[in-house]
Amino acid sequence: MDRGAKRWLLAAALAVAVVSLFAGQFNRYYLGVTIDIGINIIMAVSLNLINGHTGQFSLGHAGFMAVGGYTAAKLSLLFGAQIPPGAAPIFFAVILLAGGLVAALSGLAVGVPSLRLKGDYLAIVTLGFGEIIRVIFQTTESLGGATGLTGLERYTNLAWAFVLAALTVYVVSCLVNSTYGRGFIAVHDDEVAASAMGINPTKYKVVAFVIGAFFAGIAGGLYAHHKLVLKPDGFDFMRSIEFVVMVILGGMGKTAGVILAAVILTVLPEFLRGFADYRMIIYSLLIIILMMARPQGLFAGWKTGRKQAAPTS
Amino acid sequence: MFYIQQLINGLALGSIYALIALGYTMVYGVLRFINFAHSDILMVGAFAAFFLAPGIQGVFGPESIPGALLVFLFSALICALLGVLIEMLAYRPLRNRPKLTVLITAIGVSLFLEFTCQHKGVFGSNTRPFPTLIPAQELHFGELVVSSNDLVVLVVTLLLLAALRFIVQRTKIGTAMRAVSFNPQAAALMGININHVISFTFALGSALAAIAGIFYAMRSPGIEPLMGIQPGLRAFIAAVVGGIGNLPGAALGGIVLGVIEAIAGGLPGVSNYRDGIAFAILILILLFRPAGLLGKFQAEKV
Repeated sequence: MDRGAKRWLLAAALAVAVVSLFAGQFNRYYLGVTIDIGINIIMAVSLNLINGHTGQFSLGHAGFMAVGGYTAAKLSLLFGAQIPPGAAPIFFAVILLAGGLVAALSGLAVGVPSLRLKGDYLAIVTLGFGEIIRVIFQTTESLGGATGLTGLERYTNLAWAFVLAALTVYVVSCLVNSTYGRGFIAVHDDEVAASAMGINPTKYKVVAFVIGAFFAGIAGGLYAHHKLVLKPDGFDFMRSIEFVVMVILGGMGKTAGVILAAVILTVLPEFLRGFADYRMIIYSLLIIILMMARPQGLFAGWKTGRKQAAPTS
Repeated sequence: MFYIQQLINGLALGSIYALIALGYTMVYGVLRFINFAHSDILMVGAFAAFFLAPGIQGVFGPESIPGALLVFLFSALICALLGVLIEMLAYRPLRNRPKLTVLITAIGVSLFLEFTCQHKGVFGSNTRPFPTLIPAQELHFGELVVSSNDLVVLVVTLLLLAALRFIVQRTKIGTAMRAVSFNPQAAALMGININHVISFTFALGSALAAIAGIFYAMRSPGIEPLMGIQPGLRAFIAAVVGGIGNLPGAALGGIVLGVIEAIAGGLPGVSNYRDGIAFAILILILLFRPAGLLGKFQAEKV
């Protein structure tokens, strides 16, 4: 079963190599969008672990991104000046990890009480946590309040974004294809049957939540050191919706589809920039039309990986 | 005294939330999904009133009661039509699909309404001052200051709640709504036209949203295409807190939320966290009563 994951790692490494090869020729705008793609892949794939593979419906993924982003940004503002330039990559890795861990902790704090709720109720509670996290950042003066954190160092580059995206894809697909990971899918398919088989659904849900939050936190750190400005508004409910749409368009629980959807949905608004006034209208119409035409995800007909279970409502 | 003052403010705010929450909960009752576009329908209601008011006030005179009634009536009609139209075009083709598909479509519809209305050819994204529909006075009771608008909101909400209860419990269509909510297949076998019932539910909920939208616009500094999001989210929480699908629960949830928010908003130190408070309440209530205040917990059949 490990083959699937290794194939992913290989494909990702190839993609990183090819993209990096052309990085010099990119202008700043294309480079920026490409890094956005990497970050969004991390977000979509980690959310896919929660929403797709484990079948829970989280609407607060941007909140975890914010936690990771703020942690990394604050650390880099506090200690960044004392770091010699040579040690910068190590320092960046450390603050990213710190951001991921704090986000994972907040995922645990959110997950343990709320994961005994189901469906719509879970969705609304995660939405609520996302909003609470945003409000806390907005009102904490030491974190910049409503104006946010500024003056960050540009640590994120193409290699960081795509290596970490590849790592996320690798870890998530390894996990889901492992013996342990069968538990996620069992919880997704039928919670009652899973618990009859000796699987503790709550434990699996919390694990999925914590791991998803961890990667979202790392993506947040990348985002902070890519945009160089961190505002609480950037992590609102709409942001979480964007990631959910990526997962759904890609097809719940289908890693390849989700990655493609993340790429398309990052690039699409940029392509529509020419029709500035209409681009968000077109984007919203596309969501509606795609949901009608291809509700199982854009790439539903393509056989990738394991056979999908029948959708449960 | 402070608390009584905030209690009155909270009751008015809460009744607006309650009116919106009823729409969420009714749609959830018959279709079992959260209609995200509901918050934008209330925005359209406010804008409808904004554009209708000058014309109607030109005939009936400014700040006249019959004029205000007509503005409310026409805005409610426009929104009812919009609600029915959205259901027919966007949700009906997806009736038998998984809930998640419909949920995402609803989010898409909501975004579509928001972005379309923000377009400069439609309403534009500027905040516009809302016209005065009803003459507002401040009534003094000892130290208490009560705006007459708040009283109007309270009275109208109570009347609408009574009317809604009558429709749902006593009329034929209301019985059909309850039947569809209980079991759509069985209801269809009993000769109920499910499509009609669902259209009626959307019309009713959207009309209530329009009225709530106008009330909300009267309290806020101005109207703009994203004005529905915040009250919409609160109302949605109110519906869940009360037990989604449960009409008295939605009303209760709205009022509880409005009162707590108003009191918390008035306390120094807490007021900055006002936006988070509604969600914190929601989470606390759901942790102890997972089906909401008045919802019934349903055991899962294996």
